[in-house]
Amino acid sequence: MAAAQSKSVDLSQAMILEPVPALDWLVIAPVALPLLFGAVLLMLRHRTETQPRIAIASLAILFCVDVGLLVHVWTGGPVVMTMGRWLPPFGISFVADMLGATLVATAGLVALVCGIFSVGTVNFVGRRYGFYAFMLLMLAGVNGSFLTGDIFNLYVWFEVFLIASFGLIILGSGKRQIDGATKYAILNLVATTLFLIATGYLYGIFGTLNMADVALKASQLRTSAPLVTLATLYLIAFSMKAAAFPLNFWLPASYHTPRIVVAALFAGLLTKVGVYALMRILVMLFPPEHAILSSLIVWIAIGTMLIGILGALAQSDIRRLLGFVVVSGIGFMLAGIGLGSDVGLAGSIVYAVHSMLVMTALYLMAGQIRRAGGSYVLSELAGLYRTNPMMAAIALFLVLAAAGLPPGSGLWPKVMLVQASLADGSWWLASAILVTGLLTTLALGRLFVLVFWRAGNDGDAAGRTALSVTASTQMAVLLLCVPIAVLGIWPEPVIAAAQFAASGLLEPGAYASAVFSAEVTQ
Amino acid sequence: METAFSALVGIFFAVAVYLLLSKHIIRILLGTAILSNAVNLLIFTAGRLTREVPPIIPNHLSVPAEMIANPLPQALVLTAIVISFSLFAFLLVLTYRAYQELGTDDTEEMRVAEPVDDGLPPMGY
Repeated sequence: MAAAQSKSVDLSQAMILEPVPALDWLVIAPVALPLLFGAVLLMLRHRTETQPRIAIASLAILFCVDVGLLVHVWTGGPVVMTMGRWLPPFGISFVADMLGATLVATAGLVALVCGIFSVGTVNFVGRRYGFYAFMLLMLAGVNGSFLTGDIFNLYVWFEVFLIASFGLIILGSGKRQIDGATKYAILNLVATTLFLIATGYLYGIFGTLNMADVALKASQLRTSAPLVTLATLYLIAFSMKAAAFPLNFWLPASYHTPRIVVAALFAGLLTKVGVYALMRILVMLFPPEHAILSSLIVWIAIGTMLIGILGALAQSDIRRLLGFVVVSGIGFMLAGIGLGSDVGLAGSIVYAVHSMLVMTALYLMAGQIRRAGGSYVLSELAGLYRTNPMMAAIALFLVLAAAGLPPGSGLWPKVMLVQASLADGSWWLASAILVTGLLTTLALGRLFVLVFWRAGNDGDAAGRTALSVTASTQMAVLLLCVPIAVLGIWPEPVIAAAQFAASGLLEPGAYASAVFSAEVTQ
Repeated sequence: METAFSALVGIFFAVAVYLLLSKHIIRILLGTAILSNAVNLLIFTAGRLTREVPPIIPNHLSVPAEMIANPLPQALVLTAIVISFSLFAFLLVLTYRAYQELGTDDTEEMRVAEPVDDGLPPMGY
């Protein structure tokens, strides 16, 4: 214990005495602000008219704070804040490194867009039952997961966004929702419990839960402790959260049931937290164990990519199709994690950013199609190009982006991943990535052709009443297209950020020294 | 002491996994309840067990005089109990609603969200 070194009461042995620099408060802001705004929105539950304004304003503030944090980390390296002023590893540290800050900023953007989209689509009942409050609380949980530097705390944030996502997925209480939510809830609960089991063993082995402390101690314990078993447990738990094959079945069973904006939020945020945790725990904390498991992860990645996209080819409901595309995208991110090289990890990170933006945009587009065409089923939709040419153009752009074709954002992460797998000599992984890209083009291209180009009933599906597409939802989708286009045309900044993040994962020295900056042991 | 607890945790896990493999939601729920208790015991055991020595430092010392019980696992277990309790309460209500709405607690018959005859997408243009 740190206090063991002192005889007199010398607080500097146990506590951080100098005040936190003002800018470093940005680390805690992406968690504290949504909790605060979520509480306010919960109190204003019955003011259904004012809720969206407050929510969008707070999401905009939050996005600005996220960008500020990103810039701060970019210029000054990892930023640390330790709760309760206890010296790490005793206090819970919040650490924003490049990986966490990038993902937090992307999540903030996705949430802002979903907030704007929800104005025209979430009705008064949904608002009254706390849509905005749940959304902000879920964002707090997701941001907390990206920023915490303590493994048990990571588990707590997992549960925070899990319980908020239960609230969102069940909103409306339709039969399909209850069916989907039951499977979602139970399987996700089992996955987080597996994570907690692994954390219990980790605590038994290391006697600490601070990630930087674990990273430093792992090398001393490698001969005596079963770290490969521990790493495998984490791999299983996080693969289930990330919906990797063969633990992916909860995702296509549930993501098509809630409101479309909720599905868009989930597709953008939740599975990526699992991928992030895999990067953080496996790559940063247990590099030799990660090397032992890497070929297994590569095979999981190939299975996830191919099974996901083959599932998408067989679906006729657009939302279920997109659910399988989400699963397939997880395979790409796992491929980079499996390779474990600098370029591979950077490719995974760029893919994660791309996937958060594009999958959210595609789900929102599905909502637009539903409004304009009256259905989610491919066989009932036709000829939307004639009634909504602008929407068709955006949809084509998004389809190209998701399939990895220019000018969208999907091209560059795939280039990086193929490059990394060829450098590794894994030609089979490179070919799996390319084949999956082709199949994605087929699955989503067919969606576009059937919904927009096929001659049909002038945008009015099977006599259903089609609603006009509102300006706010159209604006939300367009807003999300901007970063996708920027990432496609001018990818250098994001790639540089991802390389910075990947090097931070592979050499956690900067991370650890930022946490233990105050003169402590080790 | 730790050995006995490890065996107990193992039995808890075995029962939980057996129940989780059932087709009936209510058994799966019981399985998750036992699973979360198994994890709580696991964390408690992982913090090493000592008997009846409270982690209190006497006034004239700044470090404990002898081996004390580890207080951290208790804090962790307390957190985990609160979380798993609330999630279990939510799941109970959810599955009851599912039983009311869907008329079954057999997972193989719960096909509302993923109908068996969903049909393939159009094969031609």
